Amino acid sequence: MTTNEDQTETKRRWQDVDLRAVAPFVALALLLVVGALVNPNFISLNNLANVATRSAFIALIAVGATFVISSGDLDLSVGSMVAFVASLMILFMNSGVIADPGMMIAAAILLALVVGALCGLANGLITTVGKIEPFIATLGTMGIYRGLTTWLSQGGAITLKSAEQQDLYRPAYFGSIAGVPVPIVVVLAVTSVAAFLLYRMRYGRHVVAVGSNANVARYSGIKVDRVRTYAFVIQGLCVAIAVILYVPRLGSTSATTGILWELQAITAVVIGGTALKGGASRVWGTICGAFILELVGNIMLLSNFISEYLIGAIQGAIIIIAMLVQRSLVRKA
Amino acid sequence: MLSKPLGGDDVVLSAQRISKSFSGVQVLFSVDFDLRRGEIHALMGENGAGKSTLVKILSGFEPPSSGEIFLDGQPVKLPANGAAEALGIAVIHQEFNLAEHLTVTESLFLGREVARYGILDRAYMRAETRRVLDMLGSKINEGSVISSLSVADKQMVEIAKAISRDARIVFMDEPTAVLSRGEAEALFKQVRKLRDLGTSFVFVSHKLDEVTELSDRVTVLRDGQWVKTAPTAMLDGESIAQLMVGRELSSLYPKKSEPNVDEARVLSVIGVSTAHVRDAHFDLRRGEILGFSGMIGSGRTELMEAVAGLYPRSAGEVHIDDALMPAGDVQATAAAGLAYMTKDRKAKGLLLGADMTANLTLQSLDRHGRWGYLSPASEAKALARARRRFDIRVRDAGVVAGRMSGGNQQKLLLAKVMEITPKILIIDEPTRGIDVGTKQQIYHFIAALARDGCSVIVVSSEMPEIIGLCTRVVVMRAGRIVGVLEGDEITEQEIMRYSAGLKQKAVA
Ligand SMILES: Nc1ncnc2c1ncn2[C@@H]1O[C@H](COP(=O)(O)OP(=O)(O)OP(=O)(O)O)[C@@H](O)[C@H]1O
Ligand SMILES: [Mg+2]
Repeated sequence: MTTNEDQTETKRRWQDVDLRAVAPFVALALLLVVGALVNPNFISLNNLANVATRSAFIALIAVGATFVISSGDLDLSVGSMVAFVASLMILFMNSGVIADPGMMIAAAILLALVVGALCGLANGLITTVGKIEPFIATLGTMGIYRGLTTWLSQGGAITLKSAEQQDLYRPAYFGSIAGVPVPIVVVLAVTSVAAFLLYRMRYGRHVVAVGSNANVARYSGIKVDRVRTYAFVIQGLCVAIAVILYVPRLGSTSATTGILWELQAITAVVIGGTALKGGASRVWGTICGAFILELVGNIMLLSNFISEYLIGAIQGAIIIIAMLVQRSLVRKA
Repeated sequence: MLSKPLGGDDVVLSAQRISKSFSGVQVLFSVDFDLRRGEIHALMGENGAGKSTLVKILSGFEPPSSGEIFLDGQPVKLPANGAAEALGIAVIHQEFNLAEHLTVTESLFLGREVARYGILDRAYMRAETRRVLDMLGSKINEGSVISSLSVADKQMVEIAKAISRDARIVFMDEPTAVLSRGEAEALFKQVRKLRDLGTSFVFVSHKLDEVTELSDRVTVLRDGQWVKTAPTAMLDGESIAQLMVGRELSSLYPKKSEPNVDEARVLSVIGVSTAHVRDAHFDLRRGEILGFSGMIGSGRTELMEAVAGLYPRSAGEVHIDDALMPAGDVQATAAAGLAYMTKDRKAKGLLLGADMTANLTLQSLDRHGRWGYLSPASEAKALARARRRFDIRVRDAGVVAGRMSGGNQQKLLLAKVMEITPKILIIDEPTRGIDVGTKQQIYHFIAALARDGCSVIVVSSEMPEIIGLCTRVVVMRAGRIVGVLEGDEITEQEIMRYSAGLKQKAVA
């Protein structure tokens, strides 16, 4: 019996590769080939780095969404949250309470993180303590954060005033470290931390347990509500990090900033192979998904035969195809 | 019915040289099986021997990798996913297949709703459901939603569903694992009646007494291979057990050792009430094995969940080592050293989509690394230890819990709870679906725990288990504790008398 078992254990390594985890990367490879055929410029390192940089916001938000979705919840408020946190951040920087521009930026970054975490905490507490469906709860806060932003900006835009601050802050989006654009470095760093948290830490195990069966988690002594709330807080922090990269890019926000970003983030998570009903988390797949979304747009821009006005429709189709592919892979496994 | 005899008189269903592999791992090896008209054929074997797999193949839920199936002497390819019902084949699955949000009536008539002029005839379906449930002696309300039912009641609904289909072949995969003696008897009465009318039954169970009592013939599987088919009259419980395990079994139960009278009281439950439990008092001493007996619905599980802080209590106090436990706070009771093992392993016990490691360590993750970090090496060591200790047999170490055999899932659940090395252990149906060989191991394991100073509460519907293991037995009836038996009083008759309400003892 034992010899028999050992044999099968080594033999099965190859067959064991989880197709669902690999699928998004295969899709990415296919897209790269298609893109190269459409336009030779597409495959240039420069173009790809640009696309990756542009996908950074959605990627960062989607990393947070991976936590929320894995624990069985959903956060629709992230797009509004981006606008809200960014407005507060810029208003704070314009207030001039700290004279030194460097210190000012550092304080503003800290403020963004705190506000993001608090927004996430609010979402988490409303769903867990208030026992409201996450869909409804975050639909509510989505309206609240958006409304507050519109009120703060009085319907217009909020723009960073100090040129000194702008110059100092610019490299946070436009700079590069060892030749790699800063946003890409940030995305990789944040994803690494998230992957460590999900796969190597107790908390990650709890997230997956709560997402796959909250009752089993409760009977195992896991504080289910706390795990869910923390996931929302992590989502808030990820939104804040995205904002920290977003503000130096344009130096301004408006009431329409981040509209529909929640759908893009959810799409990225689903393309990445995380189950929408919770219980499995694939955070590297998630950033791959965000990259794919941006790549598709890029290919359409570079090609002449599809109108770029169809981007929304194509992205919608992608999410449906991703779900179909995932389901067929589940059957086979 | 035209039936060509094949391998004996009046064979309705037969299988020849059936083999089955799951993704390269073979679990059945050229098994032969035949089922006669009007017989009850027991299928026996250790956990993971392949009983459920054979049942699924013979009912069309899994295709065989090779081999042939004959229905009434004709070779057939059974239609998949329960469509074999049209051929008169019904299955009671080991793991329930009920849609949680339907009512009992809707579940019973799922897929064959009765309509008059295109409008559902609800009154008829309700009455029919009531009739079948009454026949089985079940008091379940036919309008209840499945998700609100206890495990035992869900099992009754599964049984009612299969029986109501007027099938001529019924597969029953461990239908009695969560039923107590009384409910099982009611089921057996119906089974015998239907058999005498010509229905054939395949009966899987790990309760040897039921098998010797009910079945006409027995087939034994070991490690996926056919071992023997013989008339039950020629075998007894012991010889079946030997055929299954392949070796001689020593005594099933360890020697009882009563704790000293002056041992410290580790748990006191004072006047606890919940939705269905009224005013429960009992206590537990260090190193004691206390049994809880009673019919289904007598409130044992609810009381234990309230004690463990998993279910709200409306009144009363729970003390562990003289410290009062806050109501409904699992973390506090767990920190005080109390562990509870649920009997509902599918809904509350295991993450069916996760592998063995994730399940095993879920409750005890803080032991596998500091600062919230998890050490894969430490977890792997825990898994290796648990597999040895509880003899968890899988042919593929990376298998997800939902694909393990029922008995091995149960062992994994027990191992998971034991990972936290509790001082007080409450186990609800500890040997649900576990084969005799492993049962013996688990009983000795529980006794050894008690000798080492752990206090154990065993909630069980299996009377022999309670009698063989416990030094004191509490009997519950309709939400109340009606008796506490000690020493020579612990007999099947006494326990039955209390749980049926024929006798009652005032308890302090
Ligand atoms: N879908 C599946 N995929 C992979 N392996 C499976 C699957 N179903 C069953 N097995 C394996 O087949 C073997 C036999 O399982 P089976 O459920 O038939 O056992 P059993 O005799 O019913 O045991 P028990 O008494 O514990 O219920 C086990 O090793 C199990 O892990
Ligand atoms: Mg089985």
